[in-house]
Amino acid sequence: MPEQPRERNVRPVPFRGGGFAPSSRRAAAWIAFAVVIAAWQVGSSQGFIHPLTLPSPEEIVAALLDLARSGDLWRHLSASLGRLALGWSLGTLAGLAVGLALGMFSLARSVGLPFVSALFPIPKIALLPLFIIWFGIGEPSKVATILFGVFFPTVINTYSGVDNVARSLIRMGQSFDMPTRDVVLKIILPGAMPAILSGFRISASIAIVLLVAAEMIGAEWGVGALVLAAGNLMQTDYLIAGVVLLSLIGLTIGVVLSRLESLLLRWR
Amino acid sequence: MELRATGITHKYEDLTALEAVDLQAREGEILALIGPSGCGKSTLLGILGGLLQPTSGAVEMQGPVPAGCLNPLTYVFQDFALLPWRSVRGNVRLPLEHHKLSPAERRERVEDALARTGLTDFAGAYVRQLSGGMRQRVGIARALAVKPAVLLMDEPLSALDAQTRNLLLEDFVGLWLREKLTAVYVTHNLDEALRLAHRVVVLSRRPGRVREEVPIDVPLEERQGTSGLLALAPLRERLWNLIRNEAQTAELELVDA
Repeated sequence: MPEQPRERNVRPVPFRGGGFAPSSRRAAAWIAFAVVIAAWQVGSSQGFIHPLTLPSPEEIVAALLDLARSGDLWRHLSASLGRLALGWSLGTLAGLAVGLALGMFSLARSVGLPFVSALFPIPKIALLPLFIIWFGIGEPSKVATILFGVFFPTVINTYSGVDNVARSLIRMGQSFDMPTRDVVLKIILPGAMPAILSGFRISASIAIVLLVAAEMIGAEWGVGALVLAAGNLMQTDYLIAGVVLLSLIGLTIGVVLSRLESLLLRWR
Repeated sequence: MELRATGITHKYEDLTALEAVDLQAREGEILALIGPSGCGKSTLLGILGGLLQPTSGAVEMQGPVPAGCLNPLTYVFQDFALLPWRSVRGNVRLPLEHHKLSPAERRERVEDALARTGLTDFAGAYVRQLSGGMRQRVGIARALAVKPAVLLMDEPLSALDAQTRNLLLEDFVGLWLREKLTAVYVTHNLDEALRLAHRVVVLSRRPGRVREEVPIDVPLEERQGTSGLLALAPLRERLWNLIRNEAQTAELELVDA
């Protein structure tokens, strides 16, 4: 065998993969929060930040404690959470029923889908004055606004979830003579569940937006009312305390939905 | 129980998929339907089990349904059609749940079907945790749980790799030797048909017609190894000649033509 000629132009293959795989570190998030709040506190106590423009974290905590002591905190929170729970659940139930019907029946789909498509893009807050005329300034108009806001995204997510359930699974159910009720409950509904749950996230955030907006019109109690009243009195510490409450409500709902997802979608 | 189809014609809009197909699945016999892709084999199987309505023609069940049979015509699907949110056991139990059975009988049927397909140790697993071959075993266990009179198998091995396919094919042979099931087995794979079928029906390219019906006289247990291959070689040659031209032409067709 002839001796291999020595290759002079030898170079290693450069590594070109890697990257594009972001990971998330919990500690980094907490540290970043702490740094921002600390900088904010230092800026306020050193006088860089005017207390009326942006009150210090200390003052916001004081305002929250003050609200808690007087009992107003619970009145505001319970009023808001009550409206949110009622409006969201009613809207979700109605949305699930209509979405399921649109996903399953030709007549419902042909009639319902154009309606849903026409009504979905309306910012529901524009309907609040109408709901006030219909239902009065009290609770029903606020709940109705949230209900409508939640209804449409739920319909659309449920409908597309049902539409995406594999036909072969439904055929399978039919091939075993499963009654329609069983096909819906055991095949279609669980199959649409991922889409329905991701719809819950969207509808929950819409519900919070509409809640605050509705509470800014003629409500005595509620976080939206708190924020509006504090703004009118230039009490920015109470105003931001209200905003913090809204953030906490949103975060809590997010955590609950994540738990629900990992429970119901364990199979994925 | 036997299944007889007469004069099955099926049209999709202006496309004729099947034309005047006569077919009979005989008791205790595996009938293979073979033909090039797009010849309407799967359509025919859908019609045989009542999942598709033929444009004309009729399918009849003949003879009594065996005792304990909950679903006379039971499918095994190419894509397995398993519910991913259910465990293996839950999938096998699914077709029993809407029947009035005592809890004990239901449990017994499920465990029996799992045992017969070697799935007992995997009963609690989710579908995503299983290999392709195991998934199809679940599909078969689910079919066995209802004690079918006729098994309708729609390319049950086509989604699997070659090794798994051979393993499962031997499982099918073992299952048939033990239980003498009646089955219609759709495939585009000549070797699967030769290993498993008692009769092979060759369908022509679109529109699908019965080109020939070929009985295979070699018993199932003698088709393995060199001697088995030798015994089947002339038949293989003949069947391959029957389908080769069709397959070649089908290959050159546009899918939506």
